[in-house]
Amino acid sequence: MIEFRQVSKRFGSVVALDGVDIHFPQGSICGLFGPNGAGKSTIMKLITGINYPDQGEVMVRGAAPKAQRQLVAYLPEVDHLYPWWKLAQAARFMSAFYPDWDESRYKGLLSFLQLDEQMVIGKISKGQRAKAKLLLVLSRRAPYLLLDEPFSGIDLLTREEIANALIEGYREGEQTMIISTHEIDEVESLVDRVVFIEQGRIQLQDDAEQLRLKRNQSLVEIMKEVFRNGSQQV
Amino acid sequence: MKFDNSQPIYMQIIDEFKKGIIRAELKAGDKIPSQREYAQMVKVNPNTVQRAYREMENLGMVETLRGQGTFVRAGEDKRQEMAQEMANTIIEQFISQMRSLGYEDRTILAMLEKHLEDLEEDEEVDRV
Repeated sequence: MIEFRQVSKRFGSVVALDGVDIHFPQGSICGLFGPNGAGKSTIMKLITGINYPDQGEVMVRGAAPKAQRQLVAYLPEVDHLYPWWKLAQAARFMSAFYPDWDESRYKGLLSFLQLDEQMVIGKISKGQRAKAKLLLVLSRRAPYLLLDEPFSGIDLLTREEIANALIEGYREGEQTMIISTHEIDEVESLVDRVVFIEQGRIQLQDDAEQLRLKRNQSLVEIMKEVFRNGSQQV
Repeated sequence: MKFDNSQPIYMQIIDEFKKGIIRAELKAGDKIPSQREYAQMVKVNPNTVQRAYREMENLGMVETLRGQGTFVRAGEDKRQEMAQEMANTIIEQFISQMRSLGYEDRTILAMLEKHLEDLEEDEEVDRV
């Protein structure tokens, strides 16, 4: 379980998060939805302990994020792998660094995602690089999985492969996943919990199925309604 | 299968299995996919599939035997009961939608009869 209590975060004069309370239940796949600059990445970075809140507290399984870093696998939006690495080298680095690295899972996903260990990270397509990043994150048996914009700028077919890999690798109950994205379409049937954020404030958070039942709307439709008065990004 | 994203997905999963049982494509004792297999097949959150399976067990549609898998439990009585229930729901929806358009019951019935007759004729033409 991840809990945000009255969390605020500023970067200079920009208010990234403004007193937010968020609850990410244990064992759920949560969609973190909002336009660019809404505060999605800030939430991710607070959970990983890369950034600290100015006010309020963030708890990962009952403790401060910094103490729980080994429990969290994080896929950042930016390319964080050395372009001269072969995929195999990146995997060796990760396996040495994280005790929860699962070699057999890595091998399984490698073929599921149709990647080759000899690929040089800087020389492959954007879609393949996205898959490579995902492979390295999913090969850890981390109880918390944070994926920041895993679909951005990636073609439809590859998006589908990524969504399939997420379902394939998901361990019910034990794993909590947070996916931030614009492409709600892609994750409609993938998430069971949703958090809508805009300009650093939480507009809505609920169980996805409850929302559909209550509103007879898809998550995309709900998002449009929730953000109607907000930015034009949606 | 394609889901309607404006309705709870676990309910649509249950309806799919209900339809299978009603049409007798699924019979008592038949094995259905494991939750994991099904989640991958329809590309849906495994938690949602788990919810649907649990609900189907509560409804007496299926049972899960430890180490063996999930099996259809509904026999002929249950099948008829479910068919009746689903038919009632569809009819109720139809009536309430027609009424909300302002049609009177007599007109609704007449329109339905006319429509069924037309369909029958079309089907006869197709056969010829």
